[in-house]
Amino acid sequence: MKLKILYFASLRDASGCDHEAYEAVTGDAREIYARLRDRHGFALAHDRIRLAVNGEFADWGRLLADGDEVAFLPPVSGG
Amino acid sequence: MRGFDLSDAPIDAAALSVALAQSRAGACVTFEGWVRDHNAGRAVRGLAYQAYLPLARSEGERILGEAMQRFDLIRAHCVHRIGALGIGDLAVWVGVSAAHRGAAFAACRYIIDEVKQRVPIWKNERYADGDSGWLHPDDTPVASREFAISPTDDGTS
Repeated sequence: MKLKILYFASLRDASGCDHEAYEAVTGDAREIYARLRDRHGFALAHDRIRLAVNGEFADWGRLLADGDEVAFLPPVSGG
Repeated sequence: MRGFDLSDAPIDAAALSVALAQSRAGACVTFEGWVRDHNAGRAVRGLAYQAYLPLARSEGERILGEAMQRFDLIRAHCVHRIGALGIGDLAVWVGVSAAHRGAAFAACRYIIDEVKQRVPIWKNERYADGDSGWLHPDDTPVASREFAISPTDDGTS
């Protein structure tokens, strides 16, 4: 299953890219984040990350599907 | 003009205020968020905002829609900067008009509070000591490896 993963702020710095193609063996977003966190050394655990799928906020229970664009959003700091 | 917008160019607050005017409006409240020279005890030289543009726009519009429903407003607008900003720059502008001041004050406060909590925008502070970091609230800044940011990147390219 192919996913496009988007990164912002500290996750973008840690991964060194604004997006990457990811071949997932599971649709479980929490597990995918855990694997990417290991790979890139993200400081933030998943309970501080908000999930967005295809441009909309999503629950962590959302099962990801082939072709989804997935963003792991760190706590926001606009304003 | 859009209700909620993200801009990589300076915000023209005077022009935005004019657009709030309506003959049935008796009150106008605006809020300006400025870049200050310190945060959490550290001297700040400047900052940069990054945003997830499509979701920031839709969530910003959702907040303005909520404000229009909750308060008796005539118009509501908000513009947030992205990219690199210096001390004193206008970072975010909120403006509402209403028949009466109560609704205008309450709605302006509601909009800026919700924007800060919900819209996917992130602030990177550049400190006087050369360090920089992303602010992810409830935590200390997460250090950047370097201060290199693509201001208008929506993450979809």
